[in-house]
Amino acid sequence: MRLNIYKLSFQALIFFIVIISSYFSINALSGNRFEYIVYGGYVFDNIPLRIDALSGWMILIINITMLTGSIYGMKYLKHYEKRKANLAMHYVLIPFFHISMLMVCIVQNFLAFLVVWELMAISSFLLVILEYWKKETINAGLNYMIQSHIGIIFLTIAFIWVISQTGSYDFKSIETFSAKMAPEMGILLFVILMIGFGFKAGFVPLHTWLPYAHPAAPSHVSGMMSGVIIKLGIFGILRTLLLIKGNYLIIGEIILLVSVLSGLYGVILAIVQHNLKKLLAYHSIENIGIIGIGIGIGTIGLGLKNDFLAVTGFTGGLLHILNHSLFKSMLFYGAGNVYQATGILNIDRLGGLIRTMPKTASMFLVASLAICGLPPFNGFISEFLIYSGLFAGLKSESFAFSLLILLVIIGLVMIGGLALFCFTKAFGIVFLGSARSEYSKEPKEAPIQMLLPQYLIAALILAIGLFPQYILKLLLNPVLLFLPQLSKNVTDVYFAKLSVLSSIGFTGFIIILLFSAIYFIRNRVQRKRVIEISQTWSCGYTAPTPRMQFTASSYTKTYSNIVKPLLKTNKTETEIISIFPIEAEYSYSFYDKMEYLLIDKNLKLLKKFLYKLDFLQNGRIQSYAMYGLFFIVLIILFTYMEYLSKFLFDFFR
Amino acid sequence: MLNIVLIIIVSFLFTGIIDRTKNKLTGRKGSPIMQPMKDVFRLFWKGSVFSGTTSFIFSIAPTIYFTTTLTAVLMIPFSNSAGIISFNGDFILFAYILGLGKFFNIISALDTGSSFEGMGASREALFSMIAEPAFFILLGSLSILSGQTSFLHIYNLIYHSNLLPVYVTSLIVSVALIMFILLLIENSRIPIDDPKTHLELTMIHEVMILDNSGFDLGLIVYSGFLKFAIYGSLIANLFMTANNSILQNLLIFFGIQFVCAVTVGFVETFLARYRINQNPQIIFSVSSIALLIFIGVMILNGKFN
Repeated sequence: MRLNIYKLSFQALIFFIVIISSYFSINALSGNRFEYIVYGGYVFDNIPLRIDALSGWMILIINITMLTGSIYGMKYLKHYEKRKANLAMHYVLIPFFHISMLMVCIVQNFLAFLVVWELMAISSFLLVILEYWKKETINAGLNYMIQSHIGIIFLTIAFIWVISQTGSYDFKSIETFSAKMAPEMGILLFVILMIGFGFKAGFVPLHTWLPYAHPAAPSHVSGMMSGVIIKLGIFGILRTLLLIKGNYLIIGEIILLVSVLSGLYGVILAIVQHNLKKLLAYHSIENIGIIGIGIGIGTIGLGLKNDFLAVTGFTGGLLHILNHSLFKSMLFYGAGNVYQATGILNIDRLGGLIRTMPKTASMFLVASLAICGLPPFNGFISEFLIYSGLFAGLKSESFAFSLLILLVIIGLVMIGGLALFCFTKAFGIVFLGSARSEYSKEPKEAPIQMLLPQYLIAALILAIGLFPQYILKLLLNPVLLFLPQLSKNVTDVYFAKLSVLSSIGFTGFIIILLFSAIYFIRNRVQRKRVIEISQTWSCGYTAPTPRMQFTASSYTKTYSNIVKPLLKTNKTETEIISIFPIEAEYSYSFYDKMEYLLIDKNLKLLKKFLYKLDFLQNGRIQSYAMYGLFFIVLIILFTYMEYLSKFLFDFFR
Repeated sequence: MLNIVLIIIVSFLFTGIIDRTKNKLTGRKGSPIMQPMKDVFRLFWKGSVFSGTTSFIFSIAPTIYFTTTLTAVLMIPFSNSAGIISFNGDFILFAYILGLGKFFNIISALDTGSSFEGMGASREALFSMIAEPAFFILLGSLSILSGQTSFLHIYNLIYHSNLLPVYVTSLIVSVALIMFILLLIENSRIPIDDPKTHLELTMIHEVMILDNSGFDLGLIVYSGFLKFAIYGSLIANLFMTANNSILQNLLIFFGIQFVCAVTVGFVETFLARYRINQNPQIIFSVSSIALLIFIGVMILNGKFN
């Protein structure tokens, strides 16, 4: 009872935050900037709070995901009802987390930004480790924690550099910095910031925390993380782009290359995953890549002073941020439904859930179609915008640049095709066919509170897919922010794009109409015919069992043979040596090669080095006292360093 | 509207002509040209058998597959008259709409829980993914020439670019060749896939629809015919110019479609199917040929100076 009251007040709090911040966000999206300067005392100096259209757009995305996530989470957490203390902590943290994310979009003071950025990292870390009693969860959480702090180091370095050059804590000093310094310095600053933010966004090769943290977290938290946290990394990059004045062409090409790499690498690894949530996590990396391609094209457009490129690129990228937050959170909620119904996340052991959980299955299907970028859903709209930018960029002056763009197009096409491969597998194996293992209990459809958020998101997905022109009006101001040389031309280009998008919406309607008409005719014709229910055709074999079905591993077998060089394969095999058969075993799994090369190998080296210092920790109090003394002497020496060096200098002269 | 009518007419005949060619070449009498279409109509009026494992996905998928193919038909131009759906970048939508149909086709195969159909589904998903870039590279290269990104403009402006006719012709012929290979891949014909093979293990497309019957099977089979006509008209459009009279264009349209169908027949008679594990390399090579066209276009545009 008391928990219920807490829950209700928690929900009310989230609603309250959403309403207040949405007011500011919609205000900002309609073109009214908000600016307020708080005096933060001696340490922080002035803290400017600014909500421009970009912040407004991000706040909107955060609010949608937090709203659906908190509704979903209330029911999802029922599973953990016995652990009251953990639950209470969890409920407290969610609003905390929400506010810290909102503040990240608003605060524009270097130091204060780092503080809220850190708050966001810590609160999300604590949300991830809800199931702290599991070893993998703690490992995943710590991995996330450490990597996000490495990101913060990079941010700090960049900020200190700017502060030392300009003396101001305001974000605007990046602008003065890049105006003052040589253009190469601007690019260097951008690269450092991009690495810092890239850790959050999950750009390859900074992505390795993501496939661990997402599966370990409870599903609503995975949805929020994948939906919004990683987008805040993108937000950071966008914010930097707004402030930095440098060679946009080179910056854009850097973003473009990293993004294509992320997109391809993410989806290539996603396909071979057997854990449903891990698969979705790798897909987040892919989608970050797609967003990045859009932003890269937009930035190149700025560099080339090509309005069309800039407009389509940024619109596509910004819209894909929203789109991905919608369908990815929905997919994670779907995975959560499956997990709570069966207790299994291994795709190879699932199957046939569409019969017991038809609503979850349909919602998962809608989200899968949307993430593959298929019309008439929302993913296609943003991908279409990015494509049209790319095709416009193809007709450029230099061959090298055209070739780069063509490679990006090929990359994006491959990403689309691989995503289709991946989600036919994910949906087909999890929900279709018959069960591939015995479920411990009969799977039941998820309760309405868990389905409701998914219905809501599905409605949004379809709305964006069928009426893209309206959402584009909302995006006008955020996009114009990136095009300061605001000419009438830009808005014209923008609205010309709008009319094209409305014909895509129109095509969506044609598909739906044609489908309903043909399906109606089909049912009319079939009604008069004999319909039989029989076994699946199995080549005349009369006793097929569910174990004979295609599994996820067999579905991806041909594919994994092709991409083998890009993966690290772990194989265990019992060799048969004796004459008589013994119990034999064969298993293989794929491992992220980049993680192995960049993280695991280096960690091993680091450990090897650290073990050499093992003798220091010998358990004798005497030595510890000696270390203390040694340390104090060292400190004293350091304090008088200047005198000491002068003394020594004089002495030897 | 004309283009839709024309494509539907061609779709009625295309497979019949292929079969007739094969029959003639192997010294058989052959069935009437309309026989495949008659089979489809017969299927429409038959009852059907559903597997007990299947769900609603299985019953909506064929309709969606057919719908998407039909929508794709609406986008094909005829010489200088646009399709019903035509805008800048419509070929992207074209490819993705066909992708939507493929998605449902694949999951409906997985819906049966059969090991054979899963195999077909896996192959279809993989091979169509590998074939996809070639189409985009081709249209991308052509869009460089025309500066526009809709089917209508891409096709119309090839002739208006200020290139020597000899270049234009060689360009068009090579594009048509790749389009033809794409036609073979997309319609699961020899040398990638063999629709008439007797063994489930070696099939790609046919094995996916083992469990479909009656009206649904009819829809799937007819969608295949439509796809032939769609790719055929994409090729035919390359050779039609706005300067021609409509009669000339009609002649070119039917002529090219006829040539395509006969060539498919020839290919099927004289070539064997490739080994399935070599298919990816072969399909990839199509993309690399397309890449050559891109470079050719770049040279023609004087980008190497």
